[in-house]
Formats: sequence, C-alpha cells, structure tokens
Amino acid sequence: MTAPLDVSGSAAEAQPEAVLTGAGKAVQGRSLTRIAWMRLRRDKVALAGGITVLVLILVAIFATPIIAAIGHPPLEFHQDQIDPATLLPKGNAGSMGAEYLLGVEPVNGRDIFSRIVAGAGISLLIGFTATILSVVIGTVMGVIAGYFGGWVDQVIGRLMDVFLAFPLLVFAIALAGVIPDKGFGLEGNSLRIAMLIFIIGFFSWPSIGRIVRGQTLSLREREFVDAARSLGARNGYILFREILPNLIAPILVYATLLIPTNILFEAALSFLGVGINPPTPTWGGMLSEAVRFYTLPHFVIFPGLAIFITVLAFNLFGDGLRDAFDPRAH
Amino acid sequence: MRRKSALAAAATAALALVLSACGGGGGDTPQQPAQSASGGAAQPAANAALTEVFNPSTKKGGTLKAAHSGDWDSLDPGDTYYGYSFNFGRLYWRTLTMYKPGPGPEGNTVVPDLAEGLGEPSDEGKTWTYKIKAGLKYEDGTPITAKDVAYAVARTWDKETFPHGPSYLNELLAWPKDFKGVYKTPDVDYKSAVEATDDQTVVFHLTKPFASFDYIVQMPMTAPVPKDKDTGAKYREKVISSGPYKFETNEIGKKFALVRNDQWDAATDPNRPALPDRIEVQLNVNADDLDNQLISGDIHLDIPGTGLQPAALGKVLPDPALKARTDNPTIPRLWYVSVIPDNPPLDNVECRKAVMFAADRVANQTAYGGEVAGGDIATNVMPPPIVGQEKFDIYPSEGNKGDIAKAKAALTACGQPNGFSTTMTFRADRPREKALAEAMEQALSKVGIKLTLKGFPASSYFSDYAGNTDYVKKNGIGLAGHGWGSDWPDGYGFLQAIVDSRTIRDAGNYNLSVKNPEVDKLIDQASAELDDAARAKLWVDVDKKVMEDASILPVVWAKALLLRGQGVTNIAYNEGQSMYDYVLLGVE
Repeated sequence: MTAPLDVSGSAAEAQPEAVLTGAGKAVQGRSLTRIAWMRLRRDKVALAGGITVLVLILVAIFATPIIAAIGHPPLEFHQDQIDPATLLPKGNAGSMGAEYLLGVEPVNGRDIFSRIVAGAGISLLIGFTATILSVVIGTVMGVIAGYFGGWVDQVIGRLMDVFLAFPLLVFAIALAGVIPDKGFGLEGNSLRIAMLIFIIGFFSWPSIGRIVRGQTLSLREREFVDAARSLGARNGYILFREILPNLIAPILVYATLLIPTNILFEAALSFLGVGINPPTPTWGGMLSEAVRFYTLPHFVIFPGLAIFITVLAFNLFGDGLRDAFDPRAH
Repeated sequence: MRRKSALAAAATAALALVLSACGGGGGDTPQQPAQSASGGAAQPAANAALTEVFNPSTKKGGTLKAAHSGDWDSLDPGDTYYGYSFNFGRLYWRTLTMYKPGPGPEGNTVVPDLAEGLGEPSDEGKTWTYKIKAGLKYEDGTPITAKDVAYAVARTWDKETFPHGPSYLNELLAWPKDFKGVYKTPDVDYKSAVEATDDQTVVFHLTKPFASFDYIVQMPMTAPVPKDKDTGAKYREKVISSGPYKFETNEIGKKFALVRNDQWDAATDPNRPALPDRIEVQLNVNADDLDNQLISGDIHLDIPGTGLQPAALGKVLPDPALKARTDNPTIPRLWYVSVIPDNPPLDNVECRKAVMFAADRVANQTAYGGEVAGGDIATNVMPPPIVGQEKFDIYPSEGNKGDIAKAKAALTACGQPNGFSTTMTFRADRPREKALAEAMEQALSKVGIKLTLKGFPASSYFSDYAGNTDYVKKNGIGLAGHGWGSDWPDGYGFLQAIVDSRTIRDAGNYNLSVKNPEVDKLIDQASAELDDAARAKLWVDVDKKVMEDASILPVVWAKALLLRGQGVTNIAYNEGQSMYDYVLLGVE
C-alpha cells in the first residue's frame, strides 16, 4: 500500500471527494491509489480483514519460533495424553490448557495449536503462489485478448471458456494420485506442493483473464491511448506504459478475492486425501481426520475455524479494496 | 481370504483334534441350557459371552431386530463369502455339517447338520460320503434329498453366475472336463465330482486326499437347492428355505424379514433352538446410527459383527454400564508392516532389523485402535487363535517402546550408521493405517531413518501399488502397511499366502516382503508333515524364520469390541464364526 496522504485536517480525511472538488483548501492532485487508500481507511470492516491477513502472514512466517515458544513440535506424539482404550485425550475438553493451548489430537496426541500454526504456512503459501501464477497468466492473456481483439480475442475467449468448464476437482484428484515421488528436481512433499500450486494456479486464471480483458477493451478506446497512438507510440509502449498501470487496481482487488478460493481448494484436496502427504499438517487434512471423531468438538472446530477466519478475512479485505478503488461497482 | 468382515470360516481336521483335546470334557451342551425360561436375571459383565452363554433362555417368541451397515454380497447360499453371511444364513439354510454352536474352543469343531454323522472318508481321503437324515423338508413341504445337495454343489461351480462364493470345491473336486456349469452345460453329468447314489447318500470325489473335508462342507455351498425352483443369479431374491426360518419379504438393498418355517422339524436339528418367531433385518443403515440404536436397544444385533465404530467407542468404554455389555475377543487376524527387501539398503537384513528395533510398538498399537478396539501388541506373525501358535519375541524392548541403541547398532552393521530414506505406503481410505504410517515415521526418525508416507486407494493397493512388484521397485517402496485374516485357523491357512515367496506374481500380491528360500523350505516340510503336533511345531518354525528375516513387522493381533444387544437372550461368542452365534439368539 502507498503511504498515507499527507493531508491534515479531519474534513479532508472524512470527505476526500470534497477535497477533490476544491472546497476551501488549495487543490491538490491525487492519484487514484491515494483516494482509494483514504476510502479504505474509513472502512473498518475491511481494515479488520486486512489486519487479520497481516497477522496470519506473520504467524506463517514466524511459525517455527511461535511453536517453539508456546507449543510442541507439530509432528511429535504425546501418547501419554491419550486414553489407550478409547484413544481420546485424557484431559477435559480434549486436554486443552496451559500445556496444550487448543488440546491434543486423538490417537497420537499431537498438539493441535502447533499443527494449526504450522498448517498456516502451507495454506498461505499455496493460496498466494497459486494466485500469483493465475494473475500472471490471466493478465497476459487478458491484455492480449482485449488489446488486439479480432481473432486473437476469439481464440483466447474460447480457451477461457474451456478452462472454466474444466472439471478441476476431478482432474486434481486424478493427477494427485499419479504424481511420482521425484521430478523437476523436487522430491516428496515439495514436489506435491509445487504440483498443487501449478494445478490450482493454472486452472483459475480465466477469472482474472476475463476481468483484465474487459478493462483493456475499455482502456483501449480512451483518449490518452488515442493520444499516445497518434503520437506514434508502439504497441509495446502503449501496453506497458499506458494500459498496464491502469490495470493494477482491478488486478490487485481480484487477486485478493482469488486467494481465499485457492486456500479453500487446497483444503478441499487435503480433506479428500489427495493434497499434501501426511504427516505434514494441513488444515484440510486435520478436518478430514477430525470427522472420524466428531464427538470431540475441539478437534473439528479449531482447524475449521482457521480456514473460516482466513477465508473471511481475505474476502472482507478484498471487498473493501474493491469498494475503495471503484465505489460505483456496488 | 474372505473379504472385509470375513474372519474365520473353516478349520482343519487337525484343528478339531487339537481343540477338542484342549477343550476338555465340558459336559453339557451350552446352546440348550436348562435354566429359567425367561433368563432375565443375568448380570451383564464384560466378556461374559466369551466363555459361556450369556442370559441363557429357552423362551420362544418375539421379534429379533437386526441391522446391517451395508448389504449382503448375496443371500444365495451358493454366492456368498462373508463371515456374517455364513453365520446368519444358517437360520434359513442347512448344510451337511456346521460349526458347533456356542462359546469356547468347542465352537471351532464341526458337528453334523443335514448329515446323520460326519463324513466317511475312503480311498485314502479322496472320497467322502455323507448320509442325509430322513424326513427333512423344504419350506414348501417337498423332501430334501441327496440329489438336491449334489445339485447345489454343482451349481456353485459357475463363477460367472455366482462370482462371490468360495472356490474350494471348484479346486478340490474331480469335475468332468466338459462341465461348464449347470446352466451352460445342463446335460453334462457331474457325478465324477459329486453324486447322489440314492436319496439319502451324497458322495464327493476329490482329485487328491484332503483330510479336513468336513470343514469345507460346513460352508453354504452344500445347502440344498431344489433344481425346479433354481432361478440362477435371481435365486437370491427367493431362496427356498431348508432351515427353521423362511423369507416373508425380501426387498434387495433395503430390508427383509424371516418368519418360522413350519416344515422344519426341530427333532432333526439339535443345533438350532430357533427362539424368535420373526427376524427383521434393515440394510444400509449408517454405521454410527446402527451403533447408537444397538446401545439404546432399538435393534438387537449388528449383523457384520466386526465391532463398534470409533465414535461409539468413546461412548461405550467410559460408561461402566455399557462396558459391561461388551465382549472383546481376539480374532485370527494380524495387522502388520511389510519390510520389503527389494530396494537397498533394506535388502540387507541388518537394516530391516533396525526397523524392527526402532518401531514403537505401543504407538503402533494405539494407531491401530488401541488395546480394546485394535488388538494386543503382536510380537510374531501367527495370531493366538491359530492352532499351535506360540508367542515369542526376538526384538524385545523396554515397555515395547522400541530399542534405539539396538536399532543404531543394526544400522551400523548394515553400513548405514546415520540412517537412510525410504517410502512407506498405506491405504489412504483407512484412517488406522494412515495413523500407523505416521507413528512409524515418528519412531524411525529417532534413529535417522527418514520415511516418506504415500497413501493409495484400497481398491487398487495390491494390484497397482504395494502389491505390484514393478511399482515397488521403481518407486523405492520400503515399507507397506496392511493386514491378513485367515480362512483356516491353522499354520497353513494363515501363513502360506503371506510368507511363501513362490506365491509372488507381478501384481495382486499379499506377500509383499518374505522372499527367503529357507522359509519356503520349511513351508514344504510343514505341509508334508502328517503328525498334527509336529506340523504345528513346524509352522511355529516358519514363523520364527520369518521374524529372523525381519521382513514382517507385526503390529497387532486384532481384537473386536462387540456389544450385546439389549433384551437379547442366549448370546455367545462362537470361535468358528469369530462373532456372536446367530442361530442361538432369542429375545426377552
């Protein structure tokens, strides 16, 4: 995000449009980004979402020290916490307490708090990188389709239809089953993570692509593009200097909304047992194990809550971002 | 091996001898107790139905309500291979012999049912003759003759029409070369395999001597089927009863009801008390729902008989009143990890021994369901219910938690002092096997053996992955979790299929790891030994040799946690069936 506008005075902050129309103070030129930021700052819900996202990212980055400080290694068994007959945690409420913040898993007694913290990294890593992949592909394809039009647009448009109609979940399940152990210089779970990022990212670009194409179509006809063209600017210059900068806002907004979808998709694959291999903790995988022990609410609730909060935070923040950049969209 | 819930069906003659010897002179027949007719005074206690009949009663009447979390493979006696089906089917069919109903080791012996006595072998065990009781009738009043039994056996030959049933008789009997089943070749005479020499006598002709034929004919292939009522694959919809109950209604996949067969004569049948007037069976009931209904008393009997679901365990075990209604028998099944010598460094026996020592047996047991629902920690291959089994432990550790020092010593001897990496497979749709893989990963990481875990669908696990030699070699698979239950609770029936290296094919293997010529040699010795005690000893030697080879890491000898229904009388665990004896049951 850009730095806050150095305009003082509550009136200006409360009503940026009023400032724009030049009520009272000297007129200052403000970029779209700055105006958007001012709108966003007034949107408490979106800000709360943004802060939550920030906290989640910090948790994912500092997972190891956090677990070392207040948890147990996420793969470590604590079978002394488990009743050997029922396989359920011995303590009350799933052994929740100072020692195990969110209790322990049945059967093996692993620390649920540590596993959720460790799982955040994988969820966010896959959510972010898959989104970056689809943004890159989507933007390139969308700009090309929108700017050049004609048969190029036709071909790319049909390609997007094909990708959108693709039974992605079925394909991902089939592919995840046949991924070898080694390949592309990677091994085991790193290869699986890379493969998941590729599958999710590669198949979700059309949603971004369509938006970029639409925006490019309208930008192409704008006066400043005409002006550049009549001054003899080449396609490359117009694309990178005139059109792309104006696409950043919508891309940012839709990327933020795509991240939670991708996180959910990874959780769904892990839930179905075709995501990351055990024993690496993932939220979806934890949920799927918890189903067997549905009489133990803590085991289901915490990973479920982690997915819920993350997706909600990203969605709220993304909605706020969209409203800030384009208030008329509602 | 019988599918899924099937746990034990047949035993050998050797078994009968040994068990009747062990059983001692247990005088009175347990299934017909002389106690009070109501039997309502029984105090529930855990494991009460393992050694004696719980809540004994002779009171007739009432409706027995049963439920099944899935559906039968088939209700046709010629087309079924589930243990519960063999057990339950005896309510509407009779076979030449049957397991002796009731609790204790005697349940592993066979007694005559349709036949007047056990089979009479001749021609050194290649011909078996059974005399059928006089006066037996089907539900429609027509007499049951030896011809019907011979016809029933012949019709099961056709595995295209009846794909589910066991194929022992296809392999054992001397079928004519041009016989392609009673439907395709109705004119071919099959008397070279099985024939009715008169209305009361049925004779089996085998291709080689087979001492335990009485155990084969207790399977439902010998349940009589009247030729003029046989509708082939559709017979399952309207089975003609020869037992104490007949079908009143039968909605395939939903439910069916049995009512008394008035043509069944109790005087011809000392084995079945036939207490309830009516038996109702609900099919495809949600397994967790089923447990709850069993606990509350809405239903009396869980048909599959494999035990409670994890959700119900958490409810039943902590509650003394509910726990008193449970029985916790050990069944003839081993859950284990194959330590596969196909890829280095596990081709070195010392590296395999390192795995044996490093494994945390307690964690493995917990992963497999714990001491109640899972089973006892296994220290060798053969489970305790197998006749002649000996328990021994050549990889002991304190508290069964694994011996890190010995594991490291073995690794050094193997030339891998810092450990190595390998892959362990498990069936992704089996949560216990996944938990086992995770427990192994934790335990082995302590000595530097790094495991990568890979889950595969159970349906193609043996055909495409762990049981496929090519896949195992190409993908560096070192460990594979799975299990084995036997059709025959003796050494041959349990061990041969999983430790004889000559059974290994390209795919579909159950023996994934035991490839030791010395083991094969011992198997041949044991199979050829005629003396029962000496043979049992040789099978223990096979077990020991496999453990020395360190190619099987035993996990648990399986146990089941069964819950006795509320208001059910005359209930006992039968070892031959590996579940409650369904023909004894009555209701209060």
